[in-house]
Amino acid sequence: MKENIMLSVKNLSITFGGLHAVENFNLDIKENELYGLIGPNGAGKTTIFNLLTGVYKPTTGSITLNGVNKIDGKNTIEINKMGIARTFQNIRLFDKLTVHDNVKIALQNKYRYSTVSGIFRLGRYHRYEALMDEEALALLKVFNLENEATMKSSNLPYGKQRKLEIARAIATNPKVLLLDEPAAGMNENETKELMNTIKLVRDKFNMTILLIEHDMKLVKGICEELTVLNFGKILAQGETSEVLKNKEVIKAYLGE
Amino acid sequence: MDLLQQRKKKKLSYNISIYLMIVIAYAVVMLLSSQGKISSLFQGLLVPFCTYSILAVSLNLVVGISGELSLGHAGFMCVGAFTSAIFTRYMKFLGVEGLYLFVIAIIIGAFSAGVFGLLIGIPVLRLKGDYLAIVTLAFGEIIKNIANAIYLGFDENGVHLSLKNTMDLGLSDKGFIVVKGAQGITGTPHYSSFTAGVILLLITITIILNLIESRTGRNIKALRDNRIAAESVGISAMKYKLIAFSIASAMAGVAGVLYAHNLTTLTALPKNFGYNMSITILVFVVLGGMGKIRGSIIAAVVLTLLPEMLRGLQDYRMLIYSIVLIVVMIFTSAPSIKQYVEVFKNKFPKLTRNPVLMKKTKKEGK
Ligand SMILES: Nc1ncnc2c1ncn2[C@@H]1O[C@H](COP(=O)(O)OP(=O)(O)O)[C@@H](O)[C@H]1O
Ligand SMILES: [Mg+2]
Repeated sequence: MKENIMLSVKNLSITFGGLHAVENFNLDIKENELYGLIGPNGAGKTTIFNLLTGVYKPTTGSITLNGVNKIDGKNTIEINKMGIARTFQNIRLFDKLTVHDNVKIALQNKYRYSTVSGIFRLGRYHRYEALMDEEALALLKVFNLENEATMKSSNLPYGKQRKLEIARAIATNPKVLLLDEPAAGMNENETKELMNTIKLVRDKFNMTILLIEHDMKLVKGICEELTVLNFGKILAQGETSEVLKNKEVIKAYLGE
Repeated sequence: MDLLQQRKKKKLSYNISIYLMIVIAYAVVMLLSSQGKISSLFQGLLVPFCTYSILAVSLNLVVGISGELSLGHAGFMCVGAFTSAIFTRYMKFLGVEGLYLFVIAIIIGAFSAGVFGLLIGIPVLRLKGDYLAIVTLAFGEIIKNIANAIYLGFDENGVHLSLKNTMDLGLSDKGFIVVKGAQGITGTPHYSSFTAGVILLLITITIILNLIESRTGRNIKALRDNRIAAESVGISAMKYKLIAFSIASAMAGVAGVLYAHNLTTLTALPKNFGYNMSITILVFVVLGGMGKIRGSIIAAVVLTLLPEMLRGLQDYRMLIYSIVLIVVMIFTSAPSIKQYVEVFKNKFPKLTRNPVLMKKTKKEGK
């Protein structure tokens, strides 16, 4: 069986001033794969996400989605429409809005209706609002957030805020989901539960997931392939079990 | 779905409370007025109540809902006032009068102010925070000063415009000068009434309340809460900030129409269209509560009434405003005071109900 490459990154580099934050980065993620990107703090992981989502423009390199769509050069909004969604290392929710509205907002692209039909409650307004309500709630259920639906999102406990961010990203119906340290700040149980949810999401929504983690243990359980990043460069890449045996990786991680 | 339904009901009852408040106030005023129990001072304030309420509610769309600090709102009011008054005044010169012209004037005022909002918004909304405030303030002043300098007349050859004097217009004998520079427009037909003001206010409120519960409104709020996250879910910042800004400008234009047709002479003064006015409107919004429509109306009415009742203190009005504004801002944003508020909330959970908690307490109560 020929496997489809969903996300392909070639020779990606970016420099900030004199700092090579990411250098010659290459990556191929297969469709429906759960891929891990790990590395110490400051290695350039989040920067790669920012490059993939158009927040930063790369100095060199190309990014291709699903073999045909060129991502580099596009802006964040276009990239989201093409099928890449993300979460943030520092949680970014719509703080003053409800949990449910946070997800509903992410459905805005799927259920488009004009400002005029919104103001005068005409046309698609009623039907689309009902569909959005239902779909947003269904997504909240996947993350066990349905009981908090009408809570202000900033009042959610930390772990649930992270889940809500994932639910929101999924609501945009992406092909590729980028998760930036989704388990940061969670205890061991919460982390385990989250990892199960991530697997479930991948299967249920048929998504390709790139996951940043800082903690090696975590990644071991769920990622099929790994890239280890250090000082902006690839230290090792390949199947998880192979990468974890790599001497350099062990050295960089355990400092031996 | 249960929770959602409950929240919708809560919102609906909030919205109804706004409408009820206005309709009851209107009924009471009309009743008292029919019995001749309203002083002429108060009678003269009825249209301004509506004008300022529309201004406050619409600025709230920019400041509270969209989260952008604009200090040029009175400029858009100025645009609406002048464009509509030029129309009705010229019609009057042609011998055409009637309330239907007021409806057309409102459309003209809303449209022209909306277009100004759009054109100014495109360059200006790239800025944020204090920078945006300064630039909007400048644009507001520019609009006011241009309105102050314009000479405009009509004759059989069409429109004549000048920034110098009436002679420069070069009108024929049959011509008519509508706008005379600093003297503005005189003899504007008196179309505004409390009833018209209330109807316009109700329309404004309906548009805003519907907008904020629609896709566009949610996108606007998402951008306010977190621009980066909003863009990550495909929301164009420029587009939605512009929509909010131009709708609010159009509404300020309507307030301008109401203002212009309540007076016989329309001139652009710092007092009515300058930054003084813009800041006064901002005070209404801040005191009424960011994003709170009902609060904006109450603040606008109370703060319009108060200085009139304290005529002796008229000179200190801006001073009192500034002090109140500073005090309220300290109260709403200082972290130490916020903490006190939190403590208070925890002590009296019933006063600050959370919908989730409310559901439980309600059920237990039954
Ligand atoms: N916008 C920026 N300007 C300058 N330096 C940046 C910027 N973004 C990231 N960096 C730098 O790039 C490096 C990689 O950061 P980051 O990608 O956040 O690391 P991490 O692997 O922990 O996510 C860091 O040294 C960081 O300081
Ligand atoms: Mg990071």
